[in-house]
Amino acid sequence: MAWQRQILRVDLTNGTCNAELLNMAWALEYLGQRGLATKYFSTEVDPKIDPLSPENKLIFATGPLTGTMASTGGRYSVITKGALTGAIACSNSGGYWGAELKMAGWDMIILEGRSPRPVYLRIENEKAQLIDASEIWGKTVWQTEELLKRKHQDTLIRVSSIGRAGESGCLYAAIINDLHRAAGRSGVGTVMGSKNLKAIAVRGTKGVGKIRDFKAFMAATAAGKKVLKDNAVTGQGLPTYGTQVLMNVINEVGALPTRNHRDVQFEGARDISAEAMHEKRKTDGKANLVTNQACFGCTIACGRISKLDETHFTVVNRPEYWGASGGLEYEAAWALGAANGVNDLEALTYANFLCNEDGFDPISFGATVGAVMELYGMGVLTSKEIGIEAPFGSAKALTYLAELTARGEGFGKEVGLGSKRLCAKYGHPELSMSVKGQEFPAYDSRGIQGMGLAYATANRGACHLRGYTVASEILGVPVKTDPLSTDGKAALVKAFQDATAVFDSAGICLFTSFAWTLADVAPQLQSACEGDWSLENLNVVGERIWNLERQFNLAAGFTKADDKLPDRLLKEAAKTGPAKGKVNELGKMLPEYYELRGWTPEGRPRADTLQRLNLPA
Amino acid sequence: MMNSLLIDASKCTGCLQCEMACSYENYGIFAPAKSRIKVFDFHETGRKVPYTCTQCDEAWCMRACPVGAITLDTATGAKIVNEATCVGCKVCTIACPFGTINYVQETGKVQKCDLCGGKPACAEACPTGAITYVDANWTGLERMRTWAAKLDTQPAANA
Repeated sequence: MAWQRQILRVDLTNGTCNAELLNMAWALEYLGQRGLATKYFSTEVDPKIDPLSPENKLIFATGPLTGTMASTGGRYSVITKGALTGAIACSNSGGYWGAELKMAGWDMIILEGRSPRPVYLRIENEKAQLIDASEIWGKTVWQTEELLKRKHQDTLIRVSSIGRAGESGCLYAAIINDLHRAAGRSGVGTVMGSKNLKAIAVRGTKGVGKIRDFKAFMAATAAGKKVLKDNAVTGQGLPTYGTQVLMNVINEVGALPTRNHRDVQFEGARDISAEAMHEKRKTDGKANLVTNQACFGCTIACGRISKLDETHFTVVNRPEYWGASGGLEYEAAWALGAANGVNDLEALTYANFLCNEDGFDPISFGATVGAVMELYGMGVLTSKEIGIEAPFGSAKALTYLAELTARGEGFGKEVGLGSKRLCAKYGHPELSMSVKGQEFPAYDSRGIQGMGLAYATANRGACHLRGYTVASEILGVPVKTDPLSTDGKAALVKAFQDATAVFDSAGICLFTSFAWTLADVAPQLQSACEGDWSLENLNVVGERIWNLERQFNLAAGFTKADDKLPDRLLKEAAKTGPAKGKVNELGKMLPEYYELRGWTPEGRPRADTLQRLNLPA
Repeated sequence: MMNSLLIDASKCTGCLQCEMACSYENYGIFAPAKSRIKVFDFHETGRKVPYTCTQCDEAWCMRACPVGAITLDTATGAKIVNEATCVGCKVCTIACPFGTINYVQETGKVQKCDLCGGKPACAEACPTGAITYVDANWTGLERMRTWAAKLDTQPAANA
């Protein structure tokens, strides 16, 4: 129960939509969302296919707690073979769209094939149909949502769509729902574009009613909400400052990657921090931040809503950008700012608006611009090729490249390749700050050792959301560990990775884990769902999901050699701050990690491990 | 003493816990589509605004109903739709100036907020205090307190 037990299978090649029953045996082993969709995906898709071929599939999946009163119960994930990485991709989003899909009676949508012409999928409860998208193809995400609501004369429709970046083949295109919530990473939007699918417009009125024990569920979710409210991070820090609360903290500990990871501290960090977003601007006397906002069901409300300075050079005489919209989260502020040495808060906010408006990942985009700026500084790239002078720190170059990447024009085509392909093309592959082709997020692993291992082994490429040991190493959640030491980090990374896989499969937000452990999640799942969701079994479920993803990547051709970090992090020591003189010591942690995982020294799950987790060989 | 729902939109984050609580209270299901309180999203200004029936004393809906299906709950002041009597004519939905009474096609009746018999589920579920259930004579009390705090007065001893 809690699952709707219905899957919508859409054959884009033939234009058909069919309902099928959810495989409950799999649901009891993989829970939902990330885990369950990966089970479907890896069973149905040959790992060796080209991500942009019709043979790739695209799954939109909710979890059992999506669309319930569990706090943050509004999440969905997009699972596919990533366009940027060629690895298993799983991008998680909030907003309202996921809950709406569940309310319409569906746990999951599996999209296969490729439509001969641009289409969008319209879902109204049990009715689903593909509709010609010629009038919205070529439009932005924001225009698409408005046009679809007007066309169907229904302001309550929830829309998930791609913008021009996804249509034009930017390899880190995102899927955006509710105007500014993103399934952001690995190029899931690129795959959607390759299928000629512009949008999924959903209206669901049926609701979620199949809760195993409503009374116990209401008590368990109320207890969970109290824990979130009483916790300093989820009860105060996140609603007040958002994830941006981290900017000054991470800079202080010397782990804020700056100018394409050449430095680990940014002298302009304060200018782009949460505190700066709260301050009144000299120009118009207003703050960048308008308010905080929640996603569906969320009692934390960390989302940022911002308004631009109307006199800023990026938006003068452009009132279409003067309204309130999704503001800077920590990752975007870092990638668009510190990674490029840009300290202009309004420029970063504008670039972030463009990432939402046309659907592309601010992390991969910002990090790629960082590489472009380094190549420019070396004289490898010139202003003639780029179209503008692009030294580190140039807000003009950043916003110019964001505009071109959004539209897939000019040098924006090159930036849209991502740093790995761009740096290789210009003869400097060593300058791409990425793992498995995906750019690093906002933590330098020379100053936070565990994150180096977490990045190197993350199944979707470099990612902070697969094993966020920052929580322990910097914030002391659940226990404080020394960020500069590698001791115990293999076990810490494994524990975070396995637990995270459960949060991502349940339909709730990972940010609850600042306050919740799996012991807080277990009673919510157990009262909502049939099956065994005890703490002991949840740990096994998480480990099973992690190994399933690993198996897909190994079959796709990834090896131990891909569990690595760029030489810059392994050989060039941090120049300043508490980590001065340190490199990341991945080599010390990786063998221990393989052993703890029950993998061979070559990084392949051993037969006994697979058997223990009930995974196919 | 009678209470009223008091809505402070500036505190609303748009989480929709109120809508789910309403549908659960009345239909035993999590379904914002069936909620009697709605949160509106004015994304251009970043505002979220919960809105529901204010239980007018001279209730237009009650007066307009041709079959007397809407009655006063004297304990709470709520105007209650008696489903057995309602014929689904929708005249009340025309009469209500605020749009807070609506037709339900699945049942063929209308529905509106009934204050949950004096224990509104929306107010209980709201995590930020944007929806509260307070003394009906003093819904302005907190706003008065806010303004009172801004008055520039000095204690007499320091004058």
